[in-house]
Amino acid sequence: MGVNVVKRLLMGNEAIAFGAMKAGVNVVTGYPGTPSTEVLETIAKNNPGDIYVEWSVNEKVAMEIAAGAAYAGARTLVTMKQVGLNVASDPLMSLSYIGVKGGMVVLVADDPGPFSSQTEQDTRHFAKFSNLPVFDPTSPEEAFEMIQSAFELSEIVELPVFLRPTTRVCHACSTIEVPDERTKHVAEGFIKDPKWVIFPGLSYRKHIHIEGLQDKISEIFSSLKYNSVTGSGKKGIAASGIAYSYVQDVLSELNVNIKLFKVGTPYPLPKTLAENFISDLDEVLVVEELDPVVEEGLIELTAKTAGKPIVYGKKSGNLPCAGDYTFELVKSAIMKFVGLTCNTPEAELIKPSLPVRPPVLCAGCPHRGSFYAVKMAMRKNKAVFTGDIGCYTLGNAKPLDMVDTCLCMGAGITIAQGLQHVEPDTKHIAFIGDSTFFHTGIPGIINAVYNNTNVTVAILDNSTTAMTGHQPHPGTGKTMMGSISEKIDIFNLVKACGVKHVVKANPFDLKESVPVIQEAVNFEGPSVIIFEGPCIALFKPSKTYTVKEECISCRKCITEIGCPAISMKDGKAYIEPSLCYGCDLCAQICPIDAIGGKNK
Amino acid sequence: MNYDILIAGVGGQGTILASRLLATAALDAGFFTRTSETIGMAQRGGCVVSHVRIGNEASPIIPPKHTDLLIGFEPGEAARNIGSLSANGICIVNTRPIMPVTASLGNMSYEVESIYEYIKLKVAAAIFVDAYSLAEEAGSVKTINVVLLGVATATGHLPLSRETIERVIAENVPKRYMDLNSKAFKLGFESQNK
Repeated sequence: MGVNVVKRLLMGNEAIAFGAMKAGVNVVTGYPGTPSTEVLETIAKNNPGDIYVEWSVNEKVAMEIAAGAAYAGARTLVTMKQVGLNVASDPLMSLSYIGVKGGMVVLVADDPGPFSSQTEQDTRHFAKFSNLPVFDPTSPEEAFEMIQSAFELSEIVELPVFLRPTTRVCHACSTIEVPDERTKHVAEGFIKDPKWVIFPGLSYRKHIHIEGLQDKISEIFSSLKYNSVTGSGKKGIAASGIAYSYVQDVLSELNVNIKLFKVGTPYPLPKTLAENFISDLDEVLVVEELDPVVEEGLIELTAKTAGKPIVYGKKSGNLPCAGDYTFELVKSAIMKFVGLTCNTPEAELIKPSLPVRPPVLCAGCPHRGSFYAVKMAMRKNKAVFTGDIGCYTLGNAKPLDMVDTCLCMGAGITIAQGLQHVEPDTKHIAFIGDSTFFHTGIPGIINAVYNNTNVTVAILDNSTTAMTGHQPHPGTGKTMMGSISEKIDIFNLVKACGVKHVVKANPFDLKESVPVIQEAVNFEGPSVIIFEGPCIALFKPSKTYTVKEECISCRKCITEIGCPAISMKDGKAYIEPSLCYGCDLCAQICPIDAIGGKNK
Repeated sequence: MNYDILIAGVGGQGTILASRLLATAALDAGFFTRTSETIGMAQRGGCVVSHVRIGNEASPIIPPKHTDLLIGFEPGEAARNIGSLSANGICIVNTRPIMPVTASLGNMSYEVESIYEYIKLKVAAAIFVDAYSLAEEAGSVKTINVVLLGVATATGHLPLSRETIERVIAENVPKRYMDLNSKAFKLGFESQNK
């Protein structure tokens, strides 16, 4: 019987998941982060039953669990977004010395733009930094193939291997043929050996070993199909990732024949192939998003060829060093490079002013109530509000304007402590979500207790990891294997950390929560308020609110809380029924009780 | 054959499902298909665009002036993306605006009339349709996406048959919403054949 092949429309992240399953992955761990999240979710959803899948509490934990399983010979995959790798960098750097037995793929999704990230950092640098090879797919169909090659390579060189897609690959769909056969990979088990224990003497020997491996990997890469040289001429273009697909579209539109180097493995650069590419060339244009990794690799090679060919790219100012690349941007760079003049664009009609749409907290979001209650409670105080990573970062938008700082996961609690040491007379209130609290918030709480720092932490517990699409976490007890574990109780956990003043508050009851907040803030020493209210995505609204005829058009319901369901229509406030969740916040703010709810 | 569809709207309007349904229908009809979507932070009420590329193109993103069909789920978002239309491209505009909080707060204006004028000047074949009311008539304003697919099918411009699209909708929406969605599709389709 032949293998059944089905053509499917798969998102890049789904393609990676199916590729990993085809390669016989045994253990999958990760922490949610856009644009990487759907990889792990897809494996969990399509789990034939013999793959262990978990959302770990953070990326460091996820990396270590995947490493442990790979020590025992399992094929393992760990998934995260680029900033997650910063958290996991401690185990990663040592793991490159220790190595693995079973194939281990580190899936890190980069976010040029950025669309949903705090930095535009380039994971290919981490590959270089840790001496670990990296695959950089151009399309979902290539990512599907690459992850299978990555597992094979990992077992050949006994090192973790990176797969680094970017947003435009992760969130693009493509037509992919998925055979329903899987490689069966059986883990041999852990075999005791001094090689698993990192010590300075071993590190020195391993450092020499891993440096020596780089040339071997580069040679393997030169013969892989992901790297290729086509075309001819004195000018050449090297491109990688999604940018390669823009180059293809531009070249077919311009109808130019040029020597083209597709780079599917930016580190280590496939040297033999790269040398073949640059031989006979006068000039090279490198097209890659984020940092000039391929560009620097080629420049390094030209050191041996007396600076020939000349390499153009980001360093020469031909292409920008930041942001998401586009067809237009790549087209104009290529036209300039090949000596074609751009047509001056025809005169454009003047666009009418278009509405600006920054992302906002959803109508009915419990965070709006929590922020507004704290704002009310602190009206007469000098206060600084430190924020964190999640939907609630959107609390910085007007009119709430309740996020004064945001740095990285878990930093709200600790930045508040730093500020407090400099300005002890100011009230410092840190906001953190439930999943972020479990991720890296807990050490900050313990630190505040240990050092008796007078800050207040507002934990916004909406019972999910909302921003990334509602993943479960330790507080929900739900696991990716479909079982229910002991729920970690935030209240008791904070108590156990030694916080003396811990209270719960209802985000949708201003009258009740304002004095509760004031008491917590005025408490001498660290205090914690837990705002409990589920994310609106977790339930169907039972009520919807409407504005009565009596509305005096004071616009307070708009200017105070900025709910996206409320706008002015024919001179009066109007609530869009399809958006309203009946949270009651606007009704509590209306000075004349003109807003009322009715059951849906 | 290459056919490029751009779907523009506001996070929460169901643009992703619309693009998946179109892409799946194209795949069913035997075309190689790519899409690109906005997923993540912008989904919270921000501007979202989905690209559906039918035919064998390298990149999932439609280059400027290549779009054959622009489906604007909202007038301002249609206008924002009008530059992507090709010379013969057509455009469908849902006439129900979504007022962003920035406009309600009075920091930014949002004049729908001037936006319509602009779209009409730019596109000879612009179709304006109150998809919100049609979706409401179908039973839920959440079916705006399917109403607009009905409108798009009725133009006769898509390289896909009504049967294929209706079958794909039936196969991909939850059973309990089947009747709702088929009514929404029909209302959208018939709005163009009156």
